[in-house]
Amino acid sequence: MEKIYDRVSFTSSTVPTGFCPGCGHSTTHKLIAEAVEQYNIRDKFLTIYPVGCGGLGLTWINLNCIGAAHGRAGAIATAIKKTNPDNFIMSYQGDGDLASIGMAETIHAANRGESITVIFINNANFGMTGGQMAPTTLLGQKATTAQNGRNIEEHGAPIKMAELISGLDAPKYVARFALHNAKNVMKAKQGINKAFEMQLKNQGYAFIELISMCPTNWKMTPVQCAEYIDNVVLKTFPLGVFKDEI
Amino acid sequence: MNKQFIKGNEAIAESAVRAGCRFFAGYPITPQNEIPEYLSSRLPEVGGKFIQGESEIASVFMVYGVAATGIRAMTSSSGPGLALKSEGISVLAAGKIPSVIVNVTRGGPALGTIEPAQQDYLSSVHSPAPGGFKCFVLAPQNVQEAADFVYRAFDIADKYRAPVIVLADGMIGNMMEVVELPEMRDIEDLPNNDNWRFNKYNDDGSIRVLSTYCPTGAMLMAQNKKMKEMYDTWDKEEQQWDEYMLDDAEYVICAYGSSARIAKSAVKELRAEGIKAGLLRPITLVPFPKYAFEKLNYNKIKEMFCAEMSIPGQFIYDVKYHVLGRSKVLPIQTSGGVILETDIIINEVKANL
Amino acid sequence: MPKIEINKELCKSCGLCVKECPKKIIHIGSTINSKGYNTAMQTDDNKCTGCKLCAIVCPDSAIAVYK
Repeated sequence: MEKIYDRVSFTSSTVPTGFCPGCGHSTTHKLIAEAVEQYNIRDKFLTIYPVGCGGLGLTWINLNCIGAAHGRAGAIATAIKKTNPDNFIMSYQGDGDLASIGMAETIHAANRGESITVIFINNANFGMTGGQMAPTTLLGQKATTAQNGRNIEEHGAPIKMAELISGLDAPKYVARFALHNAKNVMKAKQGINKAFEMQLKNQGYAFIELISMCPTNWKMTPVQCAEYIDNVVLKTFPLGVFKDEI
Repeated sequence: MNKQFIKGNEAIAESAVRAGCRFFAGYPITPQNEIPEYLSSRLPEVGGKFIQGESEIASVFMVYGVAATGIRAMTSSSGPGLALKSEGISVLAAGKIPSVIVNVTRGGPALGTIEPAQQDYLSSVHSPAPGGFKCFVLAPQNVQEAADFVYRAFDIADKYRAPVIVLADGMIGNMMEVVELPEMRDIEDLPNNDNWRFNKYNDDGSIRVLSTYCPTGAMLMAQNKKMKEMYDTWDKEEQQWDEYMLDDAEYVICAYGSSARIAKSAVKELRAEGIKAGLLRPITLVPFPKYAFEKLNYNKIKEMFCAEMSIPGQFIYDVKYHVLGRSKVLPIQTSGGVILETDIIINEVKANL
Repeated sequence: MPKIEINKELCKSCGLCVKECPKKIIHIGSTINSKGYNTAMQTDDNKCTGCKLCAIVCPDSAIAVYK
């Protein structure tokens, strides 16, 4: 008998990630670790971490990282890649960090087009701080700062970041995947791997949006979150590749 | 011979390059635009990188990221731009990231004016951002010092792993003077930072995490205490000031930056009239040169003055604090872009003989 | 005979593997790990095909697959 699937060796086997049960952040950390191992880039890998739930996986994934202030990862990642082109730079952000306070940095980093990998975890709320409305919160979705649900007159529509970024010239690969079942996790893995290969070949900026479960703030079990993603979330945030110039 | 007739902002920029700065990010704001403009073409010449950030906030965070990889990095701004940089400066300080921030001060608050003033004293010296930390602060008084202090700032930053603010003002930034620029440092000669830069694993293979968030109060208190120890070291070892005709002075004027230059002329004129004036000029604002105030002969001094371009006064608080009531300290102030003049200083001294 | 091994300390009882398994042979068991989670377990080795879908969906890399 042969082991055909296992945890990545440099990650922790004894202390799990700090993410809630069923959280897509955890899944993403797993896929990133697998890619780092597959491409053998642990030595040069540098993650720019956000403010938000994102930082809860850093001891499990065991890679060097620089914590950004809220929203600033785009600026930091761009500047580090420009001055340290041999480092592999991944910025990792959630809804508030990338699409709210960090919107300017996100857009301009995408526009400058350095060969960085931008991972955007979209769970349609501000997770860490307890479920406030995010730019990605769905119409009708309740949040702690929109207790009757998001409505378009008062709050505007949810922002579709993958579509927005794909409208710029510099980004070369822009895609949205989901993490709620194995079929979609496999597609997400392919997307992440493609983005990693792009950076290794210095082929330009890649933006990967990942629709994630948030059981705690959606107030559902992880399995219910998976159904919610299938039935509701993907209607607002369609999956697919929005730009591929590789 | 490195003497040049050069504008303050450009001297600051060139001096940074010669100190080994290989990254600058900044945003346009008067009166410091020449710094990013100059560096946008000069840095690529020496293999450095320049980014015009989308905002002052983005710029300071770009400096944070690059400096965290051990590359000498600088940003610059003025008044409202410094307000935007606050968060970044606190992250630089808490993360112990060596960096240089040049504040070419203008009238404030808010948009204020584009003309020179000294209205950033309290913020740059005592509270660059919330959280109770300090930056090392140097206050040049002319273009030569601006060049020299920026050059030194990078070494101080590396020595203490801290952000250093060079508090120039709009006059210094925009004046042209003859300056001897410092020697170009060899990049290979810069201090080695392999033991802390964040794009390198520890020798035992463990990860390096740059985070300014502390999981527990006890951990943060321990960090705060270490910061305080660093400030105490600055206090003991790094105070710097200048004295002019202070030994027998009966009328002592305290001033820093461009105000000190103007005050020196006033002292000369007063002396010519037989009035024993003297000038005490802080050079480091953090650490504040309190030893200078200990040394004064308060028995001889009849009156002290504090000349600054800020209303309400800011620098005067620290002067009074360190004088410890041993003398009155009378304000001589203009503000908002109105420049002090020797006559204003002279008249105020004479009115209090 | 293919089988899975679940790392009890990494499992958070999220139940995604239970839903994913096409043979329906993974369930939340009664063992409680040090974090207080009832960990998942494979209840019928014989039916495992080694498809890896459980391990793929598991957010916490808690599942190793043998074939």
